[in-house]
Amino acid sequence: MSAKIRKIAVFIEETHREMEREITPPTRKAVAVAVIENPLAGEYHEDLTPLMDIGAELGELLGNRCVQALGIKPEQAESYGKSAMVGEAGELEHAAAILHPKLGAPLRKAVEKGAALVASSKKMGSPGQVLDVPLGHKDAAYVRSHFDGIEVRLNDAPRAREIMVAVAVTDSGRPLPRVGGLEAKDAIGRDGLK
Amino acid sequence: MPDVILRKTVSVVEEIYHEGGPVAKIPHRRGSVLAIIRNPFAHRYEPDIQGFIDDLRPLGLQMAQKLVDMLGGPDKIEGYGKGALIGEGGELEHGALWHAPGGYAMRELLPVCNAIVPSTKKVGGVGARLDVPITHINAAYVRSHFDSMEVGCNDAPRADEMTLALVMTTGPRIHSRSGGLEAADIIGKDGLR
Repeated sequence: MSAKIRKIAVFIEETHREMEREITPPTRKAVAVAVIENPLAGEYHEDLTPLMDIGAELGELLGNRCVQALGIKPEQAESYGKSAMVGEAGELEHAAAILHPKLGAPLRKAVEKGAALVASSKKMGSPGQVLDVPLGHKDAAYVRSHFDGIEVRLNDAPRAREIMVAVAVTDSGRPLPRVGGLEAKDAIGRDGLK
Repeated sequence: MPDVILRKTVSVVEEIYHEGGPVAKIPHRRGSVLAIIRNPFAHRYEPDIQGFIDDLRPLGLQMAQKLVDMLGGPDKIEGYGKGALIGEGGELEHGALWHAPGGYAMRELLPVCNAIVPSTKKVGGVGARLDVPITHINAAYVRSHFDSMEVGCNDAPRADEMTLALVMTTGPRIHSRSGGLEAADIIGKDGLR
């Protein structure tokens, strides 16, 4: 692995009740985060290949961690998302290099299929800042019940020369979806949209 | 006494490989399990609250078991701690109800743990964070194992809720080198040394 990992954290949230209603089975979201050294921190680099390669590694590692944490088979994953927060000695483009060119393919392998675009967010930040990872249905981006997000934060990351990379996977949509739109059971899942 | 009504659980495992020093062969692991439950005493002064301690015991055991499983089994656990965050409709005293069920649940599952479980509690709003203290499970003076883990959830505790926390670790701080009593040198009888 070319990524120098300081720390990995995996969070699982289960919602059992909302507005006095029981959620059966509970909705579940996992988010796995790696805190890595930013190999390009401190000065401008034209070539961002090292970060793109790290993205590929982390797509596999973090995607698998989420699926394991949920205790599901890859095909049972329903939605996903990815985000990065770059410490102050880096630049926003570093987040883009990790997230966009190569992270998606291994993540899709971890959740099986994944026809839809992986929802993403990125920002610069400092230790303790919140990163909101967007979530969308993995095979049909228009499935309205699965538009969601999960917050992640680590009190000690990202330090100035670090990047926090997060991948989120769920086995469900929002707890009480009722705003209509395309439903998961009606999705075709071929074009990634409907 | 009232039922324990669970809204949400949050489980976290952190694996720490290094913090600027040598990379550990086996990463240091910290885990936490949060249960976000209804506070049955919110928005009023209730003089008699102790019955809820027994009501919380099964939940405590479930949380402790989950935590032990997440970290690889009872023989891997070397540090522990607990805490409670009470939503604004409750009072600090409600957090104290967690001492017995939280602490004894962890101690029931761990083979040798004579040390008191360190704890913290506070009243807080939605999104509040809690720094849960951690000490060695068998000898509270073991300096390498003094640690803490920050926990919280962005949508809890609501006014009429409480967030109950258990945390465990698998060893000393990642680059522990501040001296004091070492885990290898403890007697392990009085829970202190």
